[in-house]
Amino acid sequence: MRQCEVLVIGGGPAGLSAAIEAAKAGAQVVVVETNREVGGQLVKQTHKFFGSSRHRAGTRGIDIAKILRKQCEDLHVELKVNSLVMGIYADNVVAIDEKKSLTEHNIERIQAKKIVISTGASENSIRFPGWTLPGVMGAGAIQTMCNYHRVIPGRKLLMIGSGSVGLIVCYQLMQAGAEIVGIVEALPHINGYAVHASKLTREGIPIYTGYTIKEARGKERVEQAVIAKVNPDWSTVPGSEIVLDTDIVAVGAGLKPLIGMAHMSGCEFVYDKALGGWAPCHNKNMESTHKGIYVAGDTTGLEEASTAIEEGTISGIAIAESLGYIPKDKAKTLKDEGWERLAGLRSGFKGEDRVKAKMKQLNRYDEVMKGGK
Amino acid sequence: MRVMNHPVLGEQKDIEWVTIIFNGKPMKAEKGEMILAALHAENQIVNRYTAKRHEPRGIYCGIGQCTDCMMVVNGIPNVRTCITPVEDGMTVEIQEGLGKWRGDK
Amino acid sequence: MYLDHGVVTKEELIAAGHYPSEARMKKGPVAVCECLQKIPCNPCESSCPAHAIHIGENISNLPELCEDKCIGCGSCVVACSGLAIFLLDKSYSDKVGSVSFPYEYLNNYQKGDVVKAADRSGKNVCMGTIKKIITTPKADHTTVVTLEVPIEYVDEVRSIYREK
Repeated sequence: MRQCEVLVIGGGPAGLSAAIEAAKAGAQVVVVETNREVGGQLVKQTHKFFGSSRHRAGTRGIDIAKILRKQCEDLHVELKVNSLVMGIYADNVVAIDEKKSLTEHNIERIQAKKIVISTGASENSIRFPGWTLPGVMGAGAIQTMCNYHRVIPGRKLLMIGSGSVGLIVCYQLMQAGAEIVGIVEALPHINGYAVHASKLTREGIPIYTGYTIKEARGKERVEQAVIAKVNPDWSTVPGSEIVLDTDIVAVGAGLKPLIGMAHMSGCEFVYDKALGGWAPCHNKNMESTHKGIYVAGDTTGLEEASTAIEEGTISGIAIAESLGYIPKDKAKTLKDEGWERLAGLRSGFKGEDRVKAKMKQLNRYDEVMKGGK
Repeated sequence: MRVMNHPVLGEQKDIEWVTIIFNGKPMKAEKGEMILAALHAENQIVNRYTAKRHEPRGIYCGIGQCTDCMMVVNGIPNVRTCITPVEDGMTVEIQEGLGKWRGDK
Repeated sequence: MYLDHGVVTKEELIAAGHYPSEARMKKGPVAVCECLQKIPCNPCESSCPAHAIHIGENISNLPELCEDKCIGCGSCVVACSGLAIFLLDKSYSDKVGSVSFPYEYLNNYQKGDVVKAADRSGKNVCMGTIKKIITTPKADHTTVVTLEVPIEYVDEVRSIYREK
């Protein structure tokens, strides 16, 4: 069976950052990526990122993807694309299904000394009459189609959810030439960053706070959406319905960590709403309760690409340290710097909740490792 | 519709075209793009009809997770068209129910 | 309240100490950071050649503008990832002034064009004349449009009206 030092599952911002740090120190790294190119969701993030300008703030996500990929290539990280990890088995054996063509697949097993799980997240959906109609889709899905595949399956869009994803996607759809008929938010206030909302309002896009979607109508595809005011108990106010002509209803109802791989490995989990639900807990090396398996990025709690990069970086350093490529003291300095940057990114709007949730994960890790349940 | 020009991504130039056969009719597609993208460019949004209620389904996740975009491709049913690239001459059909395996290519 | 519908008001900005003084705007272009929410982000601070914007070690602090140091260059307008910084200028005359804003949409606008100007809610409030359209490689596809408008609308206009 093929052996490698470090195997990274998922070539998004977290996975690539882990690979870069480990490879930089001298480790041999394989990144397994299910899509045909690495970059994760960065490949469709056309906006400039927040963060510290000492790092990559002000750079567009699409460009960060290119930078990370180039670094991996320069460091001779093996980028195994079109390859789906089917499972992690005993003794760190990873089974991989590489898609060669429509009908040909190559199944391979690789045994790794260290594994990084950086599988990201998946979108939440909400159910309402008509939600299965073609034209109702995830907010991330329409962003992928528009910014990555460069097609828009319609002309007019209604967004459900005013989180940062919903707001950003509306802005980007408008940049691509689509019309935004509005944004519906069940909460009485904007849920994402207000500056993202302001970009839309000054273009005349209505944000219906305190409203929800009641129904999507159409025969073969969405033609209309019915929205209505919500009561404090989340029921709708009779007679408050507004009918909007639209051919896309995008659902931006948040995301949840993709935890299948961590679950299969027997990692311990912690539930926290602020991080999108259940996520594997870890220590300050980003190592899960399963020794030798590290977790980084959205898979261990919903945050942003910038935090995913930092978590990946820390895990890569810790891995290089445990493989003997970086001396302990140097690794400590580098990791501390990473945690400091993370603290910066976890400050401000909604930051406190994430800090608390991350603390819960670290504490749970200690508890489990001490033998408590 | 195709996003031919974009304020950040720039203009799409020198597209190399191939032809796919959609439900028996030729359709233009950009070389290497996903089948679903080619269909969306032509405003074709229905991918399949469900087995029990014959309801239409179209893109939901766009990244190979949800299976709403499954179609019959080259006679093979249940192909996720959002992550399968086009090839010149490829046949793509709206799938009925669970689809039938024909394997004509 | 800006969180209700996303529309910031001048009163909220003044209350937060975020709005330049009338006297400063009379002297020439000055930045206004319409950023009222703590975001872990500081490119406005580091982009300023005059060190007029202060955020500090905690990158979630709100930007504080020193209006006397601000030279009205617009570096922060293109650096702001939230597209929330504008330049206001009331030095032209008693009748007209200008607003500069970031613009990332496809357009064929040219200097001298007369366009409908939109306020923070997207409403057409007056007409404006395009004075400048600046696109630099450093701005990475963020164009800065300078619109001359009646002076009483300098505090209101923030974009070009989008036809329905």
